[in-house]
Amino acid sequence: MTAIYQDYNEMEMMITAAARELEDNTIVGVGTGAPCAAAMLAQKTAAPHLVIMFEAGGIDPILPEMPITVGDSRTYFKATKAGSMADIMEAGARGMIDYTFLGGAQIDMYGNLNSTMLGNDHQHPKVRFPGSGGANDFASFCWRMMVITPQDKRRFVEKLDFLTTPGWLEGGDSREKSGLAPGAGPYRIITNMAVMDFEPQSKRMRVISVNPGYTFRDVQDNCGFELLRAAEILETPAPSEIELKVLREVVDPYGFIIGR
Amino acid sequence: MSLPIIAEGTGVLFANPDPDLARAFSRTKNCGQRNKVMSLKQAVAEFVHDGDYLATGGFGSNRTPLAACHEIVRQKKKNMAFAGHTTTHDFQVLCAGKTFNRVDCAYIVGLEARGLSPNARRYMESGAVEVTEWTNYALAARLKAGAMGASFIPVRSMMGTDTFKYSAAKLSECPFTGKKVVVLPALYPDVCVIHVHEADMYGNCRFRGISVADIELAGASKRVIITCERLIANEEIRHDPSATQIPFYLVDAVCEVPYGGYPGNMPYEYFSDEEHLNQWLTAEKDPELFAAFLEKNIYSCEDHFQYIEKNGGLHKLQALRAKEFLLKTGS
Repeated sequence: MTAIYQDYNEMEMMITAAARELEDNTIVGVGTGAPCAAAMLAQKTAAPHLVIMFEAGGIDPILPEMPITVGDSRTYFKATKAGSMADIMEAGARGMIDYTFLGGAQIDMYGNLNSTMLGNDHQHPKVRFPGSGGANDFASFCWRMMVITPQDKRRFVEKLDFLTTPGWLEGGDSREKSGLAPGAGPYRIITNMAVMDFEPQSKRMRVISVNPGYTFRDVQDNCGFELLRAAEILETPAPSEIELKVLREVVDPYGFIIGR
Repeated sequence: MSLPIIAEGTGVLFANPDPDLARAFSRTKNCGQRNKVMSLKQAVAEFVHDGDYLATGGFGSNRTPLAACHEIVRQKKKNMAFAGHTTTHDFQVLCAGKTFNRVDCAYIVGLEARGLSPNARRYMESGAVEVTEWTNYALAARLKAGAMGASFIPVRSMMGTDTFKYSAAKLSECPFTGKKVVVLPALYPDVCVIHVHEADMYGNCRFRGISVADIELAGASKRVIITCERLIANEEIRHDPSATQIPFYLVDAVCEVPYGGYPGNMPYEYFSDEEHLNQWLTAEKDPELFAAFLEKNIYSCEDHFQYIEKNGGLHKLQALRAKEFLLKTGS
């Protein structure tokens, strides 16, 4: 194989790592950007029967190109169904959506997310962000929530300015006690430096693999709270030649997301 | 004895969830099969009032009634409450007009992957707007409760978050299972606008693509303004009744506005004008530039056609249609 496929950037690393988490014959709720690319890459590699849903109502499209919004015509292109928001959310509430990818300006050690505001006065925010959108709902309903995000201290904070979207809440059994459906919650956090999961008892974020070129120290230095470490921290496998080829030539040929 | 209240949000309720108020209104509304066709200008003047609770259909800039949003701003409607339910460019337009001072926020200020609207952010950070937080599903469910003629609806999201804390939801207990459940107040908007592909003069509507929450929205709202790409004969509706999505008795006004979703995406008709949406975002960065931009694109426009003519006219529309159908054109 040619040398071009041995060289990859951090976005390609994150998308590949995310795609590998998606099992075949499952359903994933996605938004635009890296999560959509990850779902498409999974469909074209190890998970050909992965079903993509968009919160606005698109069910199982054959994506011709990257959607710009979660409601645009690409999201139901050659779809199984052009449905409603209720169709999607009810499928989630009924326990039928296996995975979702979410994001936010801030994330804490329990995988709770902030996409609402910065500051401490809700009526006079320092910065106003969009709000939950469908994130709070997806995080409440989907069995396994994942996040793809850069590793930095501004994002990974000790305490969120605003808890928009539920992760493991205050850790331990707090999520179950809150009334949210049991068994669902944050599953993987994928950054340019590492892949994290959540320790089963405390529900605290835990490093399980470090990406090639980084150390655990790098990850911790770019995190605003103390990270747990898995008993054995592996190296996240680098993207393979075939994954990069599919990603660059088929999934994101214009490089809108991978930036090439 | 009512359901136990374990916790409640501190957000303000901007619309009364009492279903009997909504029913009383329905009783007086002339829902019949009469000619409801009028200009958009007339529909907005007659049915959109200062202080009303307004909601728009579609999702973000997809099958969104943007011509109507321009007309609402052009007529300088003020002090409204607004459902920020998956709103992007419509929110941006109404912020430019300072149309509302209260918002139910599920998704606002952002234009998804395009970025945040500088002016919408300024407006929402100014303290001029009262905000109650929700989620996308919560607002869809509130509208469902309205369409059901109910006063509340239970959902299993929002628990444990600040989104709940700053909402007007309550945390209660299911009377059958004892499990915790969030109960949401019904939403009965005073007026909504929905953009569809086809409508007849009575207000029977058909549209294609995702429905988002438009069926619920039409069912819940006290007054419904429909803008359509094309008027069709009632005979066409009766020819295929299973294709009807919004029935005439919910509708107050029907306005034929071809390209009424421009600059947004209209399923199977035209893609969004990303170049123009980018111009909006750029213009918003400078208040003086933005004032001139609004004068050109909204205030000095007689109608929606004039706005489109200023932004590329038929050539632009042809290109957007090609983009929607992924046609590889010679240029």
